[in-house]
Amino acid sequence: MSNFSQRIATPLRWVGALLVATLLAGCERPPVETIQNGYRGTGMEHVFNQRVVNQDVAKNTAPASLPAAPSDGPKAKDVYQNVKVLGDLSVGEFTRHMASITAWVAPDQGCAYCHNLGNLADDSKYTKVVARRMIEMTQHVNADWKKHVGDTGVTCYTCHRGKPVPAEIWFAPPDRKYAANSVMGDLAGQNIANKAAVLSSLPYDPFTPYLKDAQPIRVNGTEALKMTGAAANRTSTKQAEFTYSLMMHMSDSLGVNCTFCHNTRNFASWTEAPPQRVTAWHGIRMARDLNNAYMEPLTGVFPENRLGPKGDVAKVNCATCHQGAWKPLYGAAMAKGHPELLKVAAAAAPAETAATGTAPSAAAAAASAPK
Amino acid sequence: MAEYQNLFTAVQATGPLGDGVPLPRGDWRRSGKPFLWHLIGRIGNAQIGPVYLGGLGVASLVFGTLAFNIIGFNMLASVDWSPLRLIQQLFWLALEPPAPQYGLSIPPLAQGGWWLIVGFLLTISIMLWWARTYRRARQLGMGTHVAWAFAAAIWLYLVCGFFRPIMMGSWSEAVPFGIFPHLDWVSALSLRHGNLFYNPFHALSIVFLYGSVLLFAMHGATILAVGRYGGEREIEQIVDRGTASERAALFWRWTMGFNATMESIHRWAWWFAVLSPLAGGIGILLSGTVVDNWYLWSMKHGVVPAYPQVFPVSIDPALMGGK
Repeated sequence: MSNFSQRIATPLRWVGALLVATLLAGCERPPVETIQNGYRGTGMEHVFNQRVVNQDVAKNTAPASLPAAPSDGPKAKDVYQNVKVLGDLSVGEFTRHMASITAWVAPDQGCAYCHNLGNLADDSKYTKVVARRMIEMTQHVNADWKKHVGDTGVTCYTCHRGKPVPAEIWFAPPDRKYAANSVMGDLAGQNIANKAAVLSSLPYDPFTPYLKDAQPIRVNGTEALKMTGAAANRTSTKQAEFTYSLMMHMSDSLGVNCTFCHNTRNFASWTEAPPQRVTAWHGIRMARDLNNAYMEPLTGVFPENRLGPKGDVAKVNCATCHQGAWKPLYGAAMAKGHPELLKVAAAAAPAETAATGTAPSAAAAAASAPK
Repeated sequence: MAEYQNLFTAVQATGPLGDGVPLPRGDWRRSGKPFLWHLIGRIGNAQIGPVYLGGLGVASLVFGTLAFNIIGFNMLASVDWSPLRLIQQLFWLALEPPAPQYGLSIPPLAQGGWWLIVGFLLTISIMLWWARTYRRARQLGMGTHVAWAFAAAIWLYLVCGFFRPIMMGSWSEAVPFGIFPHLDWVSALSLRHGNLFYNPFHALSIVFLYGSVLLFAMHGATILAVGRYGGEREIEQIVDRGTASERAALFWRWTMGFNATMESIHRWAWWFAVLSPLAGGIGILLSGTVVDNWYLWSMKHGVVPAYPQVFPVSIDPALMGGK
């Protein structure tokens, strides 16, 4: 062996060992367990790592509710001024709700996060205006989206988890710095490591087309052969990438595999799919409704520093509530202890404009890919 | 005495340095002065060079370098010209084909125009390199098997990036130039067409791919196993069947009743390797042009069984008035 080869043999071994260690560092530490949930041989199974789940459980534990307040006595609207949504509660219930919302949303900041302490009825703080609308939104979710939230329901805590701004929200992504007038480097809405698509190079904004607009999500045709004319399935491969990105987000937000909702040998099939797919279908519509009917109209209420890079309002996606759990807070029925959040307050019924407002764009978009 | 027979060998035979056979008239001269490199000798011939570049080689490198650089500069531009982010994001970055609304028209440079230019340059480069493998083989008095095997790979490349997009009427159907993005494209194509695993040509392609692996392992193992009898010296073995060849043949005849010959094993390997991209290319070409949903196609033709229903029946909410 030549001198040169002898001299580099040991460093080469070290480089080799380092490479192997680097590659292994990307792996999740075992044990990974699988539970079969479909017919044998079809790969319908739930894959999980108990260690990772334990971490998620800690993050998704519901806090204890305050003791219930008596419902008799004078009503909040008769005692306090400028109570628009929860006026029918007794003063005791109303105070309990205010204490709860403080613990759920602004535990460190306290009442002053929303209220002018000199005049609690004052609407001068934007946070108070937003909070009122969010209470209405919570009521709307619990009353009108039972197909998604069931009887478990949601509270402010489902999203906020003790933070004034929920950890998982989305904005329209910024353009890259030199995008204007650039003849090179078009990202085409994808091809950059991004959180939305769970670090894949899939499209980095699957939310605008599907959770704000109502672009068609389905890409599979219902005919075996290619059809022509009206029967043709004109969905492009790029559209499939957008749908794929949304599904990656859903999978990651819920901490589940594709097989939680789909029979992966035929993603399009409803009859072969687990029933969770129906719940998820309504969840997509719910997020779209909340973004259009509740979040978008609040755009002007928020100060600039709370808006996204393109000046749009913070919006919800699956992770906003789920935060890694297949049911938010692992299905803890927190809302049951807060009946004021379970039904829409009579005085301020929210505008049901979301579905009808976006329907025409769905038809227009059917012919072209989301861009 | 050291033996030249193991999976890893410390022994390498090196002859005197030489340029090889004389080149026919009209060829370029070979470039580079040959030298020995021990480490390379451990995995192949220790002699490096000379290289025959030739007109086809130079032209191919020019077009290939242009394509490579245009891809690279587009990637660099897409991370706002930050070299650090280029390295961080390299596996994610791509030069993406035009959006669907451009169809087969020529889009603006920034919206897929560069992709079209790179596709053209890279294809020219690959074709020139193919011609180079063909011509070098001919000039050496060899058969052109390497060129035709390479052509099988080029077929798959052209199906994905040229033939199928044209038949679909849109450049947007083509493959992006990028590491992860081209893999995402593969997944998306499969999902869009109802699961490519139900495409029989995909299945055939995998048969030949895995078959190639099996054959490669069998052949490599057999020859290494008879290395102690000089089994790797194929030419001598073909001219004069020695004990190595006999034992290799006997091994397979005794274990499975049949053996390939010194010559036919290479035909097995060549056909398996070549048929993998050929069959795969047919499968891709039919996706979306003839068959829209391979799962439904497979069920229609009884390729796969239906499984018993184990979930409570779900009904598509969109069929029940949901929006």
